[in-house]
Formats: sequence, C-alpha cells, structure tokens
Amino acid sequence: MISLLSHLLNGLSLGSVYAIIALGYTMVYGIAKMLNFAHGDVIMIGAYISFCVVFYLELPPVLALIIAMAVCMVLGIVIERLAYKPLRQAPSLSVLITAIGVSYLLQNSAQLIWGANTKAFPKMFTLPDANLFGGNVHIANNTISMLDGRLNVSGNTVLTIITCVVIMVALTLFINKTKMGKAMRGVSEDKGAAELMGINVNLTISVTFAIGSALAAVAGILLCSTYPTLLPTTGAMPGIKAFTAAVFGGIGSIPGAMVGGILLGIIETLGKAYVSAELGDAFVFAVLIIVLLFKPTGLLGKKIHEKV
Amino acid sequence: MKINKNLRSNLITYGIVIIAFIFCQLAISPDVKGITISRVMRNQLVPVCAYIVLAVSLNLTVGISGELSLGHAGFMSVGAFTGVVSASWLASAFTMVNEAGKTVPVMSNTLMLILSMIIGGVFAGLAAVLIGIPALRLRGDYLAIVLLAFGEIIRNLLNCVYVAVDGAAIKLALPLAGSSAPTFGQTAKVVIDGAKGTKNSVMSVAFNNERFIVAFVLVMVTLIVIFNLINSRSGRAIMAIRDNRIAAESTGLNVMKYKMMAFVTSAVLAGMAGALYGLNMRTVTAVDFDYNMSIEILLIVVLGGIGSIRGSVIAAVLLKLLPEQLRFLQDYRMLVYALVLIIVMLATNSPLLKNLLGWLGSIKSIADFGKGVVNGGKKVRGGALRGAAAVVGGLAGGVGGVASWLEKRQHALEAKADGVKKIDGKAGDAE
Repeated sequence: MISLLSHLLNGLSLGSVYAIIALGYTMVYGIAKMLNFAHGDVIMIGAYISFCVVFYLELPPVLALIIAMAVCMVLGIVIERLAYKPLRQAPSLSVLITAIGVSYLLQNSAQLIWGANTKAFPKMFTLPDANLFGGNVHIANNTISMLDGRLNVSGNTVLTIITCVVIMVALTLFINKTKMGKAMRGVSEDKGAAELMGINVNLTISVTFAIGSALAAVAGILLCSTYPTLLPTTGAMPGIKAFTAAVFGGIGSIPGAMVGGILLGIIETLGKAYVSAELGDAFVFAVLIIVLLFKPTGLLGKKIHEKV
Repeated sequence: MKINKNLRSNLITYGIVIIAFIFCQLAISPDVKGITISRVMRNQLVPVCAYIVLAVSLNLTVGISGELSLGHAGFMSVGAFTGVVSASWLASAFTMVNEAGKTVPVMSNTLMLILSMIIGGVFAGLAAVLIGIPALRLRGDYLAIVLLAFGEIIRNLLNCVYVAVDGAAIKLALPLAGSSAPTFGQTAKVVIDGAKGTKNSVMSVAFNNERFIVAFVLVMVTLIVIFNLINSRSGRAIMAIRDNRIAAESTGLNVMKYKMMAFVTSAVLAGMAGALYGLNMRTVTAVDFDYNMSIEILLIVVLGGIGSIRGSVIAAVLLKLLPEQLRFLQDYRMLVYALVLIIVMLATNSPLLKNLLGWLGSIKSIADFGKGVVNGGKKVRGGALRGAAAVVGGLAGGVGGVASWLEKRQHALEAKADGVKKIDGKAGDAE
C-alpha cells in the first residue's frame, strides 16, 4: 500500500513534467496546426543552458532558471521565424519533415558544443529542513518523510508537482482572462477570421512559441533535477513521450495535455514497477495505440467534421 | 511499338541500377585491372543495396501513399531479427554429414539467405498488418506518432527477447521481471541474446559476391514490384487517395484497402532488406534500429525527392557512400544532414523560388521555357548552395568557438579544484 502510494507520487511527478512539455506541443498545434518535433530538443537546450549558468558561471539557480527560460524563448521564436513561418501554406508532411530537421540540428549542435559525454546535472533547488504538522512530517536532506518514516518522498518530486500546478493555473488564467489569450483562442479557431478582426497572427504565433519554449526550459530543469544526467539526446525520449501524452489527451486541447501528461506518467511508473522495468516504454506506447483505437482524436480532443 | 513516358522513365532507372551493378562486378573481379574498388567500399556494397530497398519502400508510403511513417526501422528490425533466427534454424535443423565426417547444413548459404529474406519479409508484413489495421484509420500527424510509437515498442520488445536454436527446435524466452538471461541448455545455440542483439554464426561477414548478387536481385525485385504497383489500377487508386481522400472515397474506392496495400508492401520490402542487412553483420542490436534510423531513411527519401523512385535509389547510394569519402567532415556530418533536410523543404515550398522559376519561364518564348527553368534552377541552386555553405560555415565556426571556450573554462575549473585538493592534501599531511 505504502509502496503503491510512493509509486503514484513518483508517477505524478513524472507526469507533471510530461504535462508541462505536452503543453508546449499542444499550444503550438492548436495555433499553428503543426507538430513541433523540435520541442523535445528545446528542453535539452534549456537544461544545458541552466547547467552552464550554474557550473561555468557559478551563478545562483534562480538566475539559471530565468536565463534558460529567456534563451529558450528566443530560440523558439527564431526557430518559428526561420524554419516554420515560410511553410505556413505548405502541406503538413513538409512541415513535419522540417521540424524533424530542426530537432536533428539542435541535437547535433548540442553535441558539437557540449560534447557527447554525460554531464552531471548539479542540484539546483532543495527544500529547507523543517518539521511540519506537529512533527508528523519531517523534511531533511531534501527528502520528506511521512507516516513515521514509512513514506519517503524526494523534494524534487514535490517541487515538480507544485511547479506543474502553478504553471497550469497560470496558463489557464492567461488563456482565459488576458487579451493575448483571447487572441490565441481566436487564431486557433480560425486564422483568417482572426486576422480580419485585427488580431496580429504572426505576433500571436510567436508568443505561443515563446511560452511553449519557456515551459520547455522549466521542464528541462525539473527533468534533469530528478534524473541528473545530461546528454544531447536527453530531450528526445521525454519529448516523444510528452508528444504521446499530448496526442493521448487530444492534441490542441490544453486540459487534454495536462490530463494526458499526468496519466501517462502514472501509467509509465506503475508499468515499470509492477509489469517490467525494461518494457516500461513499450507499455506507454501500447496504451497510446489502444486509446487512439477507441478515440481517434484522444481523450479530450474535439471531433473534427470534414466539410467537402 | 510506342514506349510511353512512364515506361521509358522506369527503364532508365532499371538501366542505371544494372549499369552500376556491372560496374561493381568489373571492379570486384580480379581479372579486370582497370577498375578497382577499395575494401571499405566493397564491404559497403551489400548495406547500400539494403538501404536502396529501404528508401524505395519508404518512398512508397511517404511519396506514393502520402503517409509519413516514422517507424520504418521497426519493420527493418523485425526482418533482421527473424531473418537471423530463420537462417540459424535452417542451418541447424537441416544438416548432413559430408565426406570429411563433419556435420554441415544441407542448404548453401545463398539459398538460406534467400529463404531467410522471404521469412523476414513475411514477418515484417504480418507486423504491418497488425499495426496497420488500427493505425491507418488515423490521419496525418496522428498516424506519424503511432508509427513512431510502434517502432519504439518493437525496439523495446526486441531488446528483451532471447532466442536459441537447438536442432530443429526454436526456443524463445521473454523474461519480464529482472534482466537475468535465461539458459537454454548445453546443445542450444543462442541466436538472439537480449540487449546484446543477434549472433550470426551462419554466414561469414566478409564480402561475398554471391550475397552481393542476391542483394542486387532484391533491389531489382523491389523496383519491379514498386513500378508495377504505381502504374497499375491499384497504384492510381493509392495516389488518388493521397491527393484527395474524400473525393477518392466518394468515387467508391476502398480507402483502407489501398492504404493497407501500400503500407504492407512497403513493410515486406523493408523486412527483406532488414534480413539482408542483419545477415551481413556479425551482430545487430535492437538499439541500432531506433528512431534515428527511421529518420536517416526518411532523409534519403526527402533528398532523392518525395515520390521519385529513381531519386531514392541515387540518394541512397550517395548518402551511404559519401560519409566514407567525407571522413574529415565526420563531426559535422549529421549537422549538415539536418540543415540539408530543412533547406530542401524550405526551397521546395518557397513561393519565392516557384515564382522565380515561373517568371524565368514566362519572359522567354515557349521554346526557351525549359532552358530558362534549367538555368534559373542552376542559378538558384548555386545561390542556395553558396548560402547554405555560408550558414554551415558560420554555424560551425560559432559552435567551435563556444565549444573551445567551454573547454577552457572546464580546464580552469578543474585546475581550481585540483588546487583546492592539493591544499587540502598538504593540510592533511601537516596534521
């Protein structure tokens, strides 16, 4: 029972990272109607930047987070402007292949810059030691122990879950309450009509890429805090899985990405714990195929009626 | 007899392949002194043939059927693994005692290779049917991600599979919990050893001209199958579905059937190429056939021109042989590939380029139209090439600069850390 609880918490934490990455995929898909395959590699770039800031420049972690987010934002906008914007009218096959090209470009540039060797990601954020709830919850060495020490949870797990909740609330508010959010909803509904209403479509798409890429930087830091090995391919697998999560939840839908990400994280952790550690990834992808069999547009995706 | 345009184009492709094959045969033959081929290049001949088949078969899915497949390496790995198992099984199940009193396989290596390729193709085809029934109902991006997922599932499964042959028996194990390798007994010969991959003890991996001839025949068979499919009623149906699914459906075409036909044909050919590839190597591991390999095959298709079979053949040869010649570019090779992928896509979809070509054509007389397009194309290509070279150069310079700075910084930090250690050591000594 206790071990199930701890697996669930770990799954929730992994799922939170997937959800944050999947948000980037799903926002871009909703607005630009393209799969940004390079998103996973933006995560990796974010992680490397924060690693460099902490390790080479010896600056505090908070600054590393801000710099990584800023760099990834710029990177996202530049990628969109140079590689995707000229292809707005092109068939989706061409756009997808270009995105794969960008993904490859980022991976190989990272390999040339930082080398193919694993970098040990430094400890960035730790919880302060404390006793809470009348001594029932102890925090020491970045580990929270509850239920008389029977349930131990890593500080990173809690931090990841909290960050994810904050991001989700902030993003939901942004999309629903601000003018830019309204513009995004408008563009995703109908690009042409939005343009006629005076919405700056190019700016909206750029902002979407910027937000998605900044979230990718956060996800990169969270991911590498939990699994502290940094490689040029670090972003590839989480990227693909988050992509799966976005499709699982229904691509283009923001609540779908959140639900899909968290479910996928829990499924993966439980599958690895109870079925087979080696086949964990296969399990995740099998679930995706089964879901798409019964709901071809994902869990919360809208059914699209084709007009002839 | 009147030869139509399609047939002529196809005959040119066959001709190119046959001439290349004859050239290779002359180069290999020790009797012909004029043409020679280096050992490295000679060992590449069979893999290149496998890649031609892979690229042409992927082109059937991507170019002719219009579905992006990111799991082509999955079918290739199914073919490679089943091919190696079946070759080992054929060698151990059908044996005879020769004059020297040794137990040897009844069948020759070539026959076993051909049979294994067929078995590999059949299994890859079965996998394609299994995955195609649910996946082909999806469209576009969803299909691409499911096929990618399929490739990953196959890779994960093959990473845990253990197979051994014992006489005429095949023993298979898939240990779920724990990673300890199962034991198959004294007489059994392990053929697939989990994550360590296949063990090909049947065929030597040294260059073998018979195997090259089989590979050439496979390329020819692939071309014949694909050209005949494209120029048939079914092929036209497949292309109609690609161009406008709804219109094709409303004229009464069975969309699922034709999509499935293209998909399974492509997978069978990929499986055969995989078996050839697997049996040409001492070992192949499941990790070799990851998503990067699917992308590499896709790159060949894109570079050769989506939908152009001849382009795929030429691009496969160039892309597999050039890296051997461009060793000095080794570090930047993948970077250049990525840039090429982006630039080709941007260039082929750029309205600027299309307008330029159209304009060059329209200001001249109709007779000059072709010349104008060609010249314009050359000019643009030259410009694009120069631009691409500048981008690559700039990027390489920038990347190199950052990398060297990071290295310096690393050394400085290490020196600092060493200094601290030394001081600590001294303090320790003093105590």
